Amino acid sequence: MSHGHELETSGRLYGLMAEFEDPNTLVEATSKAYERGHRKMDAYAPFPIEELAEALGSHHSRLPLMVLVGGIIGCLAGFGMQYWVNVIEYPMNIAGRPFNSWPMFIPVTFEMTILFSALTAVFGMFALCGLPTPYHPVFNNPRFSAASQDRYFLCIEADDPHFDRDETHQFLASLGPTEVTEVDH
Amino acid sequence: MSVIQDGGYDRPGIIEKPPVLAPGHTTGSVTDRISEVVTRGTPKWFYPAFGFSFLLMMLLIFSIAKLVFQGTGIWGLNAPVGWGFAIINFVWWIGIGHAGTLISAILLLLRQEWRTSINRFAEAMTLFAVACAGIFPLIHVGRPWLAYWLLPYPNTMGMWPQFRSPLVWDVFAVSTYATVSVLFWYVGLIPDLATLRDRSKNKIAKIIYGMTALGWRNSAKHWHEHEVASLLLAGIATPLVLSVHSVVSFDFAVGIIPGWHATIFPPYFVAGAIFAGFAMVLTLTIPLRSIFNLGDFITQRHLQNMGKVMLATGLIVAYGYGVEIFMAWYSGNPFEWFMVKNRVTGPYKWHWMSLILCNVLAPQALWSRRVRTSALGLWIVSMFVNVGMWMERFIIVVTSLHRDFLPSSWGMYHGTIWDWAIYVGTMGLFLSLLFLFIRFVPMISIFEVRTLLPEAKIKATGHPKEHH
Repeated sequence: MSHGHELETSGRLYGLMAEFEDPNTLVEATSKAYERGHRKMDAYAPFPIEELAEALGSHHSRLPLMVLVGGIIGCLAGFGMQYWVNVIEYPMNIAGRPFNSWPMFIPVTFEMTILFSALTAVFGMFALCGLPTPYHPVFNNPRFSAASQDRYFLCIEADDPHFDRDETHQFLASLGPTEVTEVDH
Repeated sequence: MSVIQDGGYDRPGIIEKPPVLAPGHTTGSVTDRISEVVTRGTPKWFYPAFGFSFLLMMLLIFSIAKLVFQGTGIWGLNAPVGWGFAIINFVWWIGIGHAGTLISAILLLLRQEWRTSINRFAEAMTLFAVACAGIFPLIHVGRPWLAYWLLPYPNTMGMWPQFRSPLVWDVFAVSTYATVSVLFWYVGLIPDLATLRDRSKNKIAKIIYGMTALGWRNSAKHWHEHEVASLLLAGIATPLVLSVHSVVSFDFAVGIIPGWHATIFPPYFVAGAIFAGFAMVLTLTIPLRSIFNLGDFITQRHLQNMGKVMLATGLIVAYGYGVEIFMAWYSGNPFEWFMVKNRVTGPYKWHWMSLILCNVLAPQALWSRRVRTSALGLWIVSMFVNVGMWMERFIIVVTSLHRDFLPSSWGMYHGTIWDWAIYVGTMGLFLSLLFLFIRFVPMISIFEVRTLLPEAKIKATGHPKEHH
């Protein structure tokens, strides 16, 4: 907000993107950018790098908790459904056993727990990543298609409080990139 | 040598083994080699191969149409054998699927890096095998157009399923298994679809890969969530795969028929499923790796390890056969003991002997290192197991039913031509789906193979972490 003036002059600038040839340089560069105070930034690599997520200062994922809640809901829903059907709504006498013959309800309860947990894991992951994203400015860098193949990128975004078009450019250039590009919206 | 050490196997004692990835690869070369299978166009052999599978699939559709018009009378089913090929094939196919989940989930949790280059393919095999398996219970209900009655939903008849029945458990187990397998497979596929999106020259291909990749942009934050989700899914799929075949075995074990009513069934079925599944993975990957020249990624190491898993699960299965016989004798139950004698020396004795040959004797060849390191040797053993596991289900289903308590109700069972047509037809469906998968989707997980590369080992440390 305080840098609104710069944002106006930069027009529709999304951020500055540096391209690297190997993951080690990217991890180092990202750590330096983090130390410098940059927070609104992201690093891109063709495979998961644990150190990179750490260097970006990412916190523990909320996904495991979400999946736990999803699983508990599935478990209760699974048992509740069977109880309601076979005890309340449509009781049937099967071999003289009690209507609430709960050991026989365990397989379906278990499967429903698994189903709900898995659905939460996948759709929770999509939600946390904001997928699907039909459009994203990073793709405006024509070189960016290499991020899914063999190149590594660091993008410091223009709405980062410490972003300054020239200074950040110089900073990124000092980290050993092959190229620093301005990426527009 | 450096690849072996840097490629994730730097523990002493493992160094002499063949690597999980041939030396000399980089992220670029891995990406090129695996994705070019998809992007370089349709190979010539594809048309006859796919055409043949497609014809078999048409046979499936035709046979099912005939079944719907004429009823299950076209099958060999009759009293006393009311469960025939449909159940045998259902269990056979779903068992084959289990190796895919084992490779993708259990071996991931056990940090077995060698699984990386075969898991995508094995998971796809799971999906297609489950698709084939799912057909059989549906057409076996007699009036397949009413199969949705198995699901609990409010209806004008005011009726609900009976949840104490293992057949209803099957519905939940198999549909959950299919759903979770699709999700797991797709989540792993997203980054590779993004790679194909970024490499495709063809505009339509670019759009389709782009849409299916959901706008994946390889962000480190997303990779982090993706990893967490994959591990969670693996943790979820592991008990799932064990539960599915346990539930399948309950279809039998909950019944009181001699030969079915046994507590050994769940673990013995699960081991048999993994045994059958690894056999099928070997049956398919051995030809594919030579056709597509993927020996760099599916190395000697993978073949050997799969051979070892097959040997181990085969021994568990053999133990299961032994326990079945021992318990029948030890229980003192004359019907159980008769069932065993009838199985071994009765009219289906040749089926039983071929089962022992295929599932117990043939896999013993895997003790030999020469067999385990020979692609042809492994392939032959795996074919024995494919046949043997089908035989096993035939023995369990048919020999238990055909002579039970009352000699007056004894009978014989043979599959008719339509039983065989549907069985062979599902192989057509399986192969058709498999060929389409190989043609349009990278059959080896590109991003996971990249993590095996020496250059993926990060020497730089992150900044001193600030915890909040």
